[in-house]
Amino acid sequence: MSEVPAMRVEVDREACCGSGNCVMAAPDVFDQHESDGLVVLLLPEPPPELHDAVRQAVHLCPAGAITVAG
Amino acid sequence: MSDTLAPTHRFPFVQPNGDPLVPVPSPGSERVARITLPTGREAWLVSHHDDVRQLLRSPDFSSDFSHPLFPLLREAPLLDESRRAGFFIGMDAPDHTMFRRFLTPEFMIKAMRRLEPLIRETVVESIESMRAAGSPADLVEWFALPVPSMIICHLLGVPYSDHAFFQQRSRTLLNRKSSMPELRAAGDELRGYLADLVAVKQRDGGTDDLLGRLAVERVATGEITAQELVGISVLLLVAGHETTANMIGLGTLVLLRHPDQLAQLRERPELIDGAVEELLRYLTIVRTGLPRLAVADTEIGGQVIRAGEGAIALLSAANRDPEAFARPDEFDLHRAAHSHMAFGFGVHQCIGQPLARSELRIAFAELTTRLPGLALAGDQTDLVFRDSTVFGVERLPVTW
Repeated sequence: MSEVPAMRVEVDREACCGSGNCVMAAPDVFDQHESDGLVVLLLPEPPPELHDAVRQAVHLCPAGAITVAG
Repeated sequence: MSDTLAPTHRFPFVQPNGDPLVPVPSPGSERVARITLPTGREAWLVSHHDDVRQLLRSPDFSSDFSHPLFPLLREAPLLDESRRAGFFIGMDAPDHTMFRRFLTPEFMIKAMRRLEPLIRETVVESIESMRAAGSPADLVEWFALPVPSMIICHLLGVPYSDHAFFQQRSRTLLNRKSSMPELRAAGDELRGYLADLVAVKQRDGGTDDLLGRLAVERVATGEITAQELVGISVLLLVAGHETTANMIGLGTLVLLRHPDQLAQLRERPELIDGAVEELLRYLTIVRTGLPRLAVADTEIGGQVIRAGEGAIALLSAANRDPEAFARPDEFDLHRAAHSHMAFGFGVHQCIGQPLARSELRIAFAELTTRLPGLALAGDQTDLVFRDSTVFGVERLPVTW
């Protein structure tokens, strides 16, 4: 059985434009901060079952503010 | 590459006698085509999904429409400083970033979820008013236009009783056939009206609405001027009701033209999220695309676009790109259409998209369940589509 590699997510709040697309794609991993509406990373190392949703969040982010390694 | 003289096409393209719901394809075969704008200026037309994504996310393309080389689709009356104040859709970082940051908490998903009971109430009341007025009725007049207008008025703190005033001026601003004096008058009247309103909000020390909050939190602190707040409010008021109104009108038309899919939506309400995304993709109401000015030489789709050249990102074509969406001209609410760019892309992506999604979801859900016999009325060939920056249907006669 092959192991799913770990995923490490990083967000750039300076680049974030508050579109909320990441929250729509992966609400368990991303949120928007109540005071400024910019991205908040809830799970920097999301479990494998959320990897596809995170990749979709990366794809949908209009500002390119989310990166993943692994 | 860019030195070879490709044929130039007049933009925007005219709809032949086909279905107006299908966007006009680019007449040329080049991936990035040379076009002539109505101002006589030439620009590049970018229409593939990947290329539009790249262009709209690239810092090498500017949104500053006050730049003398900016590829405007018409002469703009907004070029003097007082008319441009706060109009952050036409700015680059860091100015754009500052204005956008003031608004991100106001439009975030959580804030829009808190607004949903009011949206539902507004939607239901509008349906009941239309029902009381009797069938047939014009869905645009009774439902599609009033619902988003009432909601944006509530959010901004603008009296809805003034709706005839601002709706008419908004339409003039978006109508591509408006003359320069008409555009200038409509813009100045709207700005004057909102300047008075902002002055009242400043005097009253901040009402519990977006304009009231910004008046206290940003204008009183000197971060922005009252004139800039007026610019922000013009932008949000116009964009906040016309776009969603046209999506509700046209979206209803598309659903009624696909009765099998409408029936599925009625049986399985959980399909609504996907249906809304597919309607956004399929209709892409900003039909004239998004203009940008290259500030550095950049290759897009194999074409080098040089600094100082204009480019138009044609969202409607990108959303019908067969490489991004299989059978792109088919309306299919089961399609996972999330990567559409109906709201644009890049840091200028529509800040109101969570609001638009909440409104569309609730509007279509309530309309389909509360009026199970909803059907198009009259002769469909009579439908008049709007030749505007924002594509729409003038009237939509329905029965139920």
